[in-house]
Amino acid sequence: MTDASGLYELKNLSKRYTRGKETVAIFDGLDMTISQGDFIAIMGPSGSGKTTLLNLLGGIDRPSSGEVLFEGQRIDNLGQGKLAKWRAKNAGFIFQFYNLMPTLSAAQNVELPLLLTNLSGKARKDRVKTALDIVGMVDRAGHRPAQLSGGQQQRVAIARAIVADPKVLLADEPTGDLDRTTADEILQTLQLLNKELGKTIIMVTHDPAAASYAARELHLNKGRFEEKGKA
Amino acid sequence: MNDATLIRKNLFRKRLRAILLMVSILIAFLIFGVLGALQNAFTMGSGTAAQERLVTVNRINFTVALPYAYWGRIEQVEGVRNAAPASWFGGYYQEPQNFVQSFAVDPATYLEAYPTEIVLPPEERAAFLEGRTCALVGRALANQYDWSTGDRIPLNSNIWQNTDGSQTWELDICGVFDDTEGTYPTNYLMLHYEYFNESLAFGRDSFHWITINTEDPALNDQVSGEIDALFANSSAETSTTTEAAFNEAFMEQFGNIGLILTWVIGAAFATILMIVGTTMVMAVNERTREIAVLKTLGFTAPRIFRMVLWESLLLSFLGGLIGLGLATLAATAASSALAGFLPSFGLSLTNIVTALALMAALGLVTGILPAYNAMQVRISEALGKI
Repeated sequence: MTDASGLYELKNLSKRYTRGKETVAIFDGLDMTISQGDFIAIMGPSGSGKTTLLNLLGGIDRPSSGEVLFEGQRIDNLGQGKLAKWRAKNAGFIFQFYNLMPTLSAAQNVELPLLLTNLSGKARKDRVKTALDIVGMVDRAGHRPAQLSGGQQQRVAIARAIVADPKVLLADEPTGDLDRTTADEILQTLQLLNKELGKTIIMVTHDPAAASYAARELHLNKGRFEEKGKA
Repeated sequence: MNDATLIRKNLFRKRLRAILLMVSILIAFLIFGVLGALQNAFTMGSGTAAQERLVTVNRINFTVALPYAYWGRIEQVEGVRNAAPASWFGGYYQEPQNFVQSFAVDPATYLEAYPTEIVLPPEERAAFLEGRTCALVGRALANQYDWSTGDRIPLNSNIWQNTDGSQTWELDICGVFDDTEGTYPTNYLMLHYEYFNESLAFGRDSFHWITINTEDPALNDQVSGEIDALFANSSAETSTTTEAAFNEAFMEQFGNIGLILTWVIGAAFATILMIVGTTMVMAVNERTREIAVLKTLGFTAPRIFRMVLWESLLLSFLGGLIGLGLATLAATAASSALAGFLPSFGLSLTNIVTALALMAALGLVTGILPAYNAMQVRISEALGKI
């Protein structure tokens, strides 16, 4: 599934936090390459920096030092406005707790990223319908999040993540709040998006069963990656 | 869907809270509108005061009468072109609640005192001057009681008693006057001073004020000084001022209307500002996570700032416009009932423009802090994790 073209390149990446007088290094000198079409599961113990890494890849946090390159361009040094535009164009986010807008219907939630594009109202509606169709939620388009189950909400969240056709999907514990059966359905959907639509997916998870859906598993431990090969 | 949809949905996410906020803003603008209409009614008279007109009243205050003989002496003062005496009649029609603003005047000098303001046909003017029991009625008052020229009406006084033991004077309406530019009040009635005076059971041969036309406004200070000097150390000393100052003094018997209105409106708006401002800050704080999600999706900080600010402006304008609309309805409904007493009771264009500016200011002031807070939301901190 993966090809040779590098989508992400992390160079000598460090992230440190200051707590009082103490400086804590999450990782130091991390190097990594993610190719277009990868489906990577990032695993590791709590506090190992999985979510921090995902934040850096998604352009919502900045490294203490080092570089984050996306398609050969640095994104770690972009201003907030440019970074917001970069996120809107290139990254789709899937949260553990879905984070749908409670006042909006499923379709309106999915349409949110398209408000940042120049698409016409009709084009947006068509896109929303397609995205909901991909995740099997067309018949729930008019429902509000409170009227949907956890699994259905996560499907809507996935539709929202893919509707603007981003190059990468960043998922943080996307099945962490779901039962096994529903989690498997969600993971199958992600696998489908990776295999059929070629979406690059980077998923943080604690769950080995969830990680098994990914093409690559990376274990983050003490600021270093340990890659577990897969057939 | 667009940003406006998001703004509207966010504003009404807690419908009861939004409605209560809107009602509080509505009340502030209802108060603003009604009090503004009241202020217009009270300030109308001062706008019609001519530069060359003076008013002489008793130095104690204008409700205390002056001797009749003063009239002739004032007419003799150099620089006085015309002197028109008048007395309060304190009239009502049929029932005490049907207040009729009415003065007993010397017809010739009174009409001479207001040569351009009081407009009526020559034949009605002549009839009024000649008919002892004639009354001249302003258009607004005539419309209020459906009176017309030729009607005979009984006018009661809540001050004076007739020699026949009643408090009623029979009057013939000999004319209905209009004003030239809609700025002079037509909500009052004039009757002959002689007819009134000769039938008084008490308090004869006195009047409450004299309206004076000077030969030149430049003579005002000199004339007023001479008149007051003329009656200095008498039992009824006088105070002579410009008509504008007299009108202001008249209004101040109700208190300093402008200052009262400013304080009432100021207090209402300060309260609303705190209530709405605090609630908006809390409402946006409750949505920190959602704002972080919007930012994650690519909504820029300035765009989020604008959305929150528009939300506050929308709230302010919704509440404000409804309040102003209700104030207009209330003023319209009350204006006919108050026509006899407050003929100009109604909102002016200035009131409306000021209200719109206040709505914008209220929206901006209450929205700026929550909008800034929303703009400053840090995604990684607000979400904890993505």
